[in-house]
Amino acid sequence: MTSFLAEGSLGFWSVPLAMVGQALRVSAPYLYVSLGETLTEKSGRVNLGLQGTLIMGAMAGYAVSSRSGSALAGVLAAGVVGGLLGILHAFLCARPKVNDIAVGIALMIFGVGLASFLGRPYIKPERVPAMSPDISLGFWSANETVRANLQVNLMFVVGVALVPLIAWGLKNTRWGLILRSVGENADTARAMGYSINGVRLLATMAGGVLAGLGGAFLTLAMQGGWKDGLAPGTGLMAVALVIFARWKPLNCLWAALLFGGAGAIAPALQSVGLNEVKINLGFTQLRWGRYVFEMIPYLLTLGIMIFTSSGSRQMAGIPDELTRARWL
Amino acid sequence: MKSLKIARAFAAALVVAGSLVMGGCDKKDDKGVSTSAGGDKPLTVGFIYIGTKDDYGYSQAHHEGAMAVAKMPGVKVVEQESVQETDQVVQSMEGMINNEDAKLIFPTSFGYYDPYMKATALKYPNLTFLHCGGRYKTGDPGNCGSYFGYIDEAVYMSGIASGGASKTGKLGFVAAIPIPQVRRNINAYLLGARTMNPKATVSVIFTGGWSKTEAEIQAVNSLADQGADVVTCHVDSPKAVLETAKKRGMMTCGYHANGSAINPETYLTGAEWNWAPIYIKYVETIKAGKKPDEHVVRGGLKDGFVKTSPLGPKVTAASKKKIDEATALATAGKLVIFKGPLMDNAGKEVIPAGKEMVQTDDALEGMDYLVDGVLGSTK
Repeated sequence: MTSFLAEGSLGFWSVPLAMVGQALRVSAPYLYVSLGETLTEKSGRVNLGLQGTLIMGAMAGYAVSSRSGSALAGVLAAGVVGGLLGILHAFLCARPKVNDIAVGIALMIFGVGLASFLGRPYIKPERVPAMSPDISLGFWSANETVRANLQVNLMFVVGVALVPLIAWGLKNTRWGLILRSVGENADTARAMGYSINGVRLLATMAGGVLAGLGGAFLTLAMQGGWKDGLAPGTGLMAVALVIFARWKPLNCLWAALLFGGAGAIAPALQSVGLNEVKINLGFTQLRWGRYVFEMIPYLLTLGIMIFTSSGSRQMAGIPDELTRARWL
Repeated sequence: MKSLKIARAFAAALVVAGSLVMGGCDKKDDKGVSTSAGGDKPLTVGFIYIGTKDDYGYSQAHHEGAMAVAKMPGVKVVEQESVQETDQVVQSMEGMINNEDAKLIFPTSFGYYDPYMKATALKYPNLTFLHCGGRYKTGDPGNCGSYFGYIDEAVYMSGIASGGASKTGKLGFVAAIPIPQVRRNINAYLLGARTMNPKATVSVIFTGGWSKTEAEIQAVNSLADQGADVVTCHVDSPKAVLETAKKRGMMTCGYHANGSAINPETYLTGAEWNWAPIYIKYVETIKAGKKPDEHVVRGGLKDGFVKTSPLGPKVTAASKKKIDEATALATAGKLVIFKGPLMDNAGKEVIPAGKEMVQTDDALEGMDYLVDGVLGSTK
């Protein structure tokens, strides 16, 4: 087997390094969306529309940054657009007998389509947008490969900083308590005098803001710019990661890093010359190539989900309102 | 038990939503219409693209050709973007025929041909359908035709530029999926590089799809980690590859269209399509009331179907000389990229010594190997 290992390079160690590097490079959208969805679901409502919010945020962030020349303005615009879409979701869901999952699916399609329509002039923007800056986390290493892989974007750092903040806020503040009580038992919360729809509106709006910021990361921190069909399924996967993370912000971080990093396995294995794994079972020989490697992020997620689940606590941590009868 | 039900509802909703997002919502009728004066009834020509017409890539190259056609007198151009390689392309063709009275249609993506374009051509025998990608076979409907460019000639020039400029002799190639056209480009890139550096290698990473931004970013980073200092690609839009390479301080060669705006200092050259001449020729033929002479049309640098980007500042003098020589050969129709003895990267001889395969050789269009010096899997 010919290999592409450079003299003085990291050899097969470059595969785990690539995973770490890739996790730092691409996991932020998963993180932002899953944090946002955690907030929304904690209030007892599901917003499946975050895929659309993510894409609208990506487009709006890129467009505003291109027009204003300020990355910060772009990021803020993405957050505002995300928040507005969250409000729209909450407003529709507050109508009687409206199902939040159906509204979410509608808003997902709406968001993706609207972004495609409005984003047309920004596929090739007249002015190259200002990008969100990078921070070097590898300054301690003399190895250039290590340093290059530990370049992280400021928006990722902010996302990571939000994790303990949200976890603390949910657990220790009055706002967090109200949010959780609405999500656990709406009737009780109503009896206590809280506006169920009001709390859910704020929670869905906050979720939308975060998803919009995740979208800004796609276009203002990751390379490639705005285009049609950007990040298909990223927002949906992030919503699924919330269940995987058991509605805990810290777990959202691990889930996002794991899923983002696992995507590096297929390209990184090819780069060190490993194209196929042969396993001899005696009666037959398995030949696992690229196609199996590309499945790894999904297999890993499924595997951990099965592993951490048991019959008795499979939905442990789910806000109780989500388990009540829905119009499905 | 309740929670199980919810889990199922969740899963079902995600599946439904997922298929909608990935399958259905690209449907959009965005028809750019441009008309030119002249003649009593203009000839309507339809173009169908897989991507958007300003994607820095494959579809943009065709759109630029379509715009050259739109400037011709007595011709009206209708375009539709983001059409998938499914029944959607049939609807798109039907729409152009029935609503716009199109007489000539160019469905430009590889997967449009079989069965979609063939079936539509049978239904409308008096109209002409011309497909990019070259899948016409004897026995296909007579009003079908296909055209394609030998872009590997331009990729070969990228290889010469890269082989000369690389310090490490390690070149990277980010490829979408292993089909013959892609393998031919990878091989031509290596063979070009070896004319400057006989020890040069090309490490190829397949991302598994035409437009997978995350995987493309990772692929470039992995190639840089392994010491590659030049990278090129064959994906739908090379933008993410070029920008990531810039970040990692690598030199680049573009694909589909000129990408030098992203990194003018380190952009060596690139392989570009140039569809305008062939589109104009086809439209002139149809306007004159004739049928195209041949069902299969091919052309390379000589015919102006493809071209190389202007050479960047990092291209060495020796490479430049070699590129000029090879371009002169190509212009004279004498460039031979694939000649024996040539081994594949599994150690098997694919072209015996003394045999030269000219560019028009049909066997090259079914290329199923990667040549010796390419590090990567054929599958």
